[in-house]
Order: sequence, then C-alpha cells, then structure tokens
Amino acid sequence: MNSLSLVLRTTGYFLLPLLLIFSVFLLLRGHDEPGGGFIAGLVAAAAVCLHLFFTDVPSTRKLIHIDPRDLLGWGLFLATVSGVPGVFMGDAFFTSQWVELTLPILGETKLGTPLLFDIGVYAVVIGTVLTIVLSLAEAEE
Amino acid sequence: MQSPTLLALPIVIPLLAGALSLIYWRSRKAQRIIGVLGSSGLLIASGFLMEKIWREGTLVMHMGNWHAPFGIVLVGDMLAAFMVLMTGVSAVTTAFYALGSVSKQHEHFGFYPLMHLLLAGVNGAFLTGDVFNLYVWFEVMLVASFALLILGGERAQMEGAIKYVTLNLVSSAMFLSAIGLLYGLMGTLNMADIAMKIGELEDTAMITVVSMLFLMAFGIKAAAFPLFFWLPASYHTPRVAVSALFAGLLTKVGVYALFRFFTLIFPFEGTLSQSLMVWIAGLTMVTGVLGAAAQFEFRRILSFHIVSQIGYMLMGLALFTPLALAGGIYFIAHNIVAKSGLFLISGLVFRFKGSYELKELGGVYRQYPMLALLFLICAFSLAGLPPLSGFFAKFMVIRAGVEEYAWWLVATALAVGFMTLYSMVKIWAEVFWKEQEVCHIKPPRKFRGGTRMMYATVIMLAGLTIFMGLAMEPLFRICMMAAEQLMDTDGYIQAVLGVTP
Repeated sequence: MNSLSLVLRTTGYFLLPLLLIFSVFLLLRGHDEPGGGFIAGLVAAAAVCLHLFFTDVPSTRKLIHIDPRDLLGWGLFLATVSGVPGVFMGDAFFTSQWVELTLPILGETKLGTPLLFDIGVYAVVIGTVLTIVLSLAEAEE
Repeated sequence: MQSPTLLALPIVIPLLAGALSLIYWRSRKAQRIIGVLGSSGLLIASGFLMEKIWREGTLVMHMGNWHAPFGIVLVGDMLAAFMVLMTGVSAVTTAFYALGSVSKQHEHFGFYPLMHLLLAGVNGAFLTGDVFNLYVWFEVMLVASFALLILGGERAQMEGAIKYVTLNLVSSAMFLSAIGLLYGLMGTLNMADIAMKIGELEDTAMITVVSMLFLMAFGIKAAAFPLFFWLPASYHTPRVAVSALFAGLLTKVGVYALFRFFTLIFPFEGTLSQSLMVWIAGLTMVTGVLGAAAQFEFRRILSFHIVSQIGYMLMGLALFTPLALAGGIYFIAHNIVAKSGLFLISGLVFRFKGSYELKELGGVYRQYPMLALLFLICAFSLAGLPPLSGFFAKFMVIRAGVEEYAWWLVATALAVGFMTLYSMVKIWAEVFWKEQEVCHIKPPRKFRGGTRMMYATVIMLAGLTIFMGLAMEPLFRICMMAAEQLMDTDGYIQAVLGVTP
C-alpha cells in the first residue's frame, strides 16, 4: 500500500497523536460533561484506523503493541470490577465511590469508580473495533 | 441500608468469568478452569439466592443507589430466583459437557467467553425490574447466541443463522417500538411503576396495541405459534453443547417475559390477550408435535418438541389461575432439564456413531445400554410418564385446565402428550433398538476422558428429572409461591417502590 498520497501520510502522522490526546480528553471529562468511555474509545480506534489507512496491518499491530483482544478482556474485567467497591461500603452494586485527593500539578482531584468504569469501556470499545477492523484488513490482504 | 448483594451475583459472576476467559484467550486450560469455576459459582450463588428469597420474600436492589422509578432495579421474586437457579443448572452441565465435546478450534474462537456472556444476559433478563433494561439483556443474550450459533462457520450453520438472526431482529425491533410507545404513554419504564399507573390510564385502546406488540415480540423469542420456524431451522446446526444450552434457556426467557408482562403490567384476565393466548398455546403444542412427527433427524425432532413444549408453558399462562401459573413455571424448569438432557444424549450418540440421521443410526442399545437407559429416562420425562418431572408438570397444567373447564385445551394437551410419546418411541426404535445397517460413515475419533465427562453430565440431568419428580412436594410449594407472587401485583409494587397502591 505504498501508492497512497503523500498528503494523507504526512497529515496522518500529525493527526494520530492529536486524536489520541483528544480521546483521553473526552474520556476524562465524560463524567459530568458530554464525553465518556464509549465515544473516547471510538475516537482512539478511529485514530488507529487512520494509521491503518496509510500503512499496513503489521505496522499497525506494532503501533498498538498489545493484541486488541487483550484490551477487550481487560476492559470488560475493569468495568465489571468497578461495580464491586460499592458492595464493600455497604451500598448497592455499582454505587459510585469517590476519593478526594490533593495531587501535585493537578491540585484538588476527585477520583472514583466511575472513572475505572469509563476506562474499562474505553478499552472494550478500542479492543472490539480494532479486533474487527484488523481481522477484516488481514482477510483482505 | 443493607443491600442484598446476592441479587447481583448471578449477573456479575458470569460477566467476570467472561472477562477473565477473554483475558486468558490464549490458554485453553485456563478458559476451561474458568468455565467450570464460573458456572459452579453461578449455581451456588443462585442456590443461596433462592434460599434467601424463600425465607425473606421478594428482594430488591437499587443499582448504584439510584432509587426506583428513576434508577434501574434488580428484583428477585420466587419466579426470577427459580429461573436463575435453573440457569445455574444449565450452566454447570454445559460447562462440564463442553470439557469433553467442544473442539480446540471452537475454544479458540471464543466458546467460553460467549457462553458466560449468554448466561449473564439470561440472568439479567430474569432479574431486572426495568423494561428497557430487559431489552438490553435480551440483546446481550442475542449477540452472544448469534456468535455461538455460527461458531465453526459451516454452511448449514450460516443458513440456520440467517433465519434465526432475521426473525430475532424483527422481534427486537417490535420490542423496541413497543417500549417507545409504552414510555410515551406512561412516562416511566420501571415495571412496578407502570403496573401502578396503568390502571389510571384512560386510553385503553392504546394499551391493547402496546400489549399486542409485546405479545408478538416475546412470542417470536419464545418460538410460539405462528412465528416459531426459526427455531427448528437453526437449533440443530451448532455444536451439541451449544444446542443444549439454547434449548434449555433461550426460548424460556421469552416465556418468562410473557409471564412477567401479562401478570404484572398488562391487564390479562378477560382481555383480548388472554383469548389469543389460549389459541397460541393450543396451536403451538399441535404444530410443534406434528412438525416433529415429520422429521427424521435426531436433533430436528428435539427442536420441534421444544416448540410443542412451549405451548404447555403458555397454556399455564392462558388459564391464569395460581395452579396453572405454578404448573407453567414447573414446566419451564422440567423442560430445561429434560430437553438439555436429550440434546446431550444426541451428542453422545453422534460421538459413537457419527450421525444424527435416524436411518443411519441403530444398535445403540446393544452397544451402550447405559446410554439407552438415560435416554429412556429423559424421553419418558418429556412425554410425561410418572414418576418423572414431566408427569407432574403436565398434571398440574392439565388439572388447572379441568378446573377452569377449558376442555379443548385439556384435550389438546393430552393428545399432544401421546404424540410426544410417539416421537420418543420413534427415536428409540430407530436409534437404539433396530440393528444398524452397514455403517458407511466413519465415527469421529474417541476421547476417553472427555466421553466420561459427557456421560456424567447426562447422568446428572437424568438424576435431576427423577429427583424433581420424587421431590414434588417442596417444588410444588416453591412454584405455588412463585405463582401467588405473580398474581399479587401489589406485593411486587410494594417491594420495589415502597408504597402501597
């Protein structure tokens, strides 16, 4: 797939990190504002798909390092487990638990189980989309 | 407020097991261990849940502490608990049977994660107290079942899957439109909240429309007449472990949803739905059993019988007395056990003889008397001979019919019982009794340890159907309690919303 345009390849290399940062931004603001794990996962998966457009399957696999199926499993695991801490606090399953911390740089930060859940969803979405896209691309080659 | 964590476990355990077996997708051994542990854990948890509900009555959990009617609730009454328990039984048998029967290739394609996901979907559907959440669990279950159905990718599987997927999508679309209309009417999707408010609604015509849509949607999923043909077209195509799981669970979720909706939400007695349900029940029984009479393939005969047995369960709902409902519920449980058992036996026969076609089979009785005995137990149970579970299941439903003077339904049910016996005798004569003609099909390779494991699960199911017949007294009480809870909608509303309507 080397016949692709130079423009796509050059802009692609610039867009890829930007899209990934944007996806993390969407993921983190998702609790109170529009965003969240699902949409962030789609953006991140789209970024990797863009990479697939101007390179080939082996180099895309190298880019993401881990097998998308692992992402899928760990994501589902994380999302399910995020419901458990509530139970130990005597609440119903999936009740959010929050911790307020003062971190260096970030200042006052609220961390909680919904974030874990969102990260889990993020991983599941990326894992699912990439498993499908990569298998299709491989079948084509 | 202490919350009944136990109520969420039948959903969380299979979800976790599914996630773990996805993480360990490289290791066959780890997946098998997780499969066995996960399903056993599910069975144990559902046993405890049942015991707790028996002692304390209906349990309610407000997920994430968002209270009903705004949040999603899990509601465990006796019916839900009993169904979850039977799911646990089905899960354990499938997981153990799969150890011996599912090939390396299928395991590699994700048999175990899909199985866990399917179980999570089924249990979610049984336990949820929210209409839209029910839809979501149905989808979880369907997505998993689509993938399980085509696992292996043979031509026949694809053909069956197209019918299965198409009709189920139609049904889902209807389900979703019905939910939309219902929400437009009521402004809420919490089952208890709807049940409380539906009486105040003036637009009764619209309620009838919505209830008909739900009836059709669940009717398709339950494989009731007239839209049942997706079931016999697809259930004989996947691996036996998958067939048995489907036969045991999937259609029963549709039946459960009908039971839930038409006892709790919609007015049923004396309405159009009830007179329709009587016809649906009768015709489902008859068409199923006649379809089976025309078949000469082991698993296809069994598939048609699933349809005919659904008719008995719906008959329980159609009669709408406590005894009839209890009979319907007991029938579901009995059918899960007996039908899974028969499917698993067909798998063992295939392993020994290499075919499912009746005319190519024969002589199993001579070579494997133990298997023949197990078949007899399950087949007689299905046909309804005492003292097996099938006898009491039919007895309760028919007795309720007699009490209600529903003579046509009673006559149909009895006649269909005889026809079922005829089908079972046909299988017995062809597969087990007659001499096998020269076998030109090579039997598949034998795995000794695996075969023993497969035997053990069938023995467990056959034992269970005997036990369910002998321990009728406590089971009857459980079913009656479930039926009375179904009739007492005020109790359900009180448990979920905390107000007396």
